[in-house]
Amino acid sequence: MKMRKSEGSTRRQFLGIAGTAVAIGTIPVVSLRPVAATPETMTAAIRNVIGSATVRTGKVKLDVPPLVENGNTVPMTITVSSPNTPEDHVKSIHVFNEKNPQPNIGNFYLGPRAGRGQISTRIRLADSQKITAIARLSDDSLWSATADVVVTLAACTEEVI
Amino acid sequence: MASALINVPKKAKRGDVIEIKTLMSHIMETGYRHTAAGQVIPRDIITSFTCRYNGEEIFRADFFPAIAANPFLSFFTVAKESGKFEFEWTGDNGFSETASSSITVE
Repeated sequence: MKMRKSEGSTRRQFLGIAGTAVAIGTIPVVSLRPVAATPETMTAAIRNVIGSATVRTGKVKLDVPPLVENGNTVPMTITVSSPNTPEDHVKSIHVFNEKNPQPNIGNFYLGPRAGRGQISTRIRLADSQKITAIARLSDDSLWSATADVVVTLAACTEEVI
Repeated sequence: MASALINVPKKAKRGDVIEIKTLMSHIMETGYRHTAAGQVIPRDIITSFTCRYNGEEIFRADFFPAIAANPFLSFFTVAKESGKFEFEWTGDNGFSETASSSITVE
């Protein structure tokens, strides 16, 4: 009898410990990650496009809704402040994501005739994540902006019914 | 089949910054989805878009599976002279579509 009782209590204890472990394990995973850390694939993809040059924050405005219901089509607008003259214009804009199956979203090549350093498109997001836009200006300096998006219904990988 | 929607102003003043909007109907299959039977659906996307203004390239884009179906793009250019905008989309499985639009610049 005594044995059984102690067995029961250990199981209860174990379940209790396991329960707290699960609770601790799941909730803080997101919040514990340092703000600036991005998964390696995204960093690698960015390095692929821009090389080892330094990227500064600023000049770029990345407009995405902070909360989207459907990740299959998310409107996105990127505006780069630039005089848009032949001497000083936006060469290209590159957009990356953290958690889609592939880190690239798109590369957009503008030029001295753009008139305005702005593009809009619609993208897919497989998860709540960070999006980074990097602009290359005509003097080859790089500027970036990052936005967080919360996605309710994921895109890209769902099953076809 | 594939069809394009283009929105370019018909008329503009010289030096005006005009917006160009394009939409191409395309499934943009990511290559990461699978059927209920577990088979991967092969990738089928548009990979590249180009816009020329009287023969000169003014805008180009590389697309990845993260671009939504029926890719929409909006960008800007300066109305320099009357003429023609030519648009070209190319992609997987030999996808190739063109469209054009003319503009009168005063």
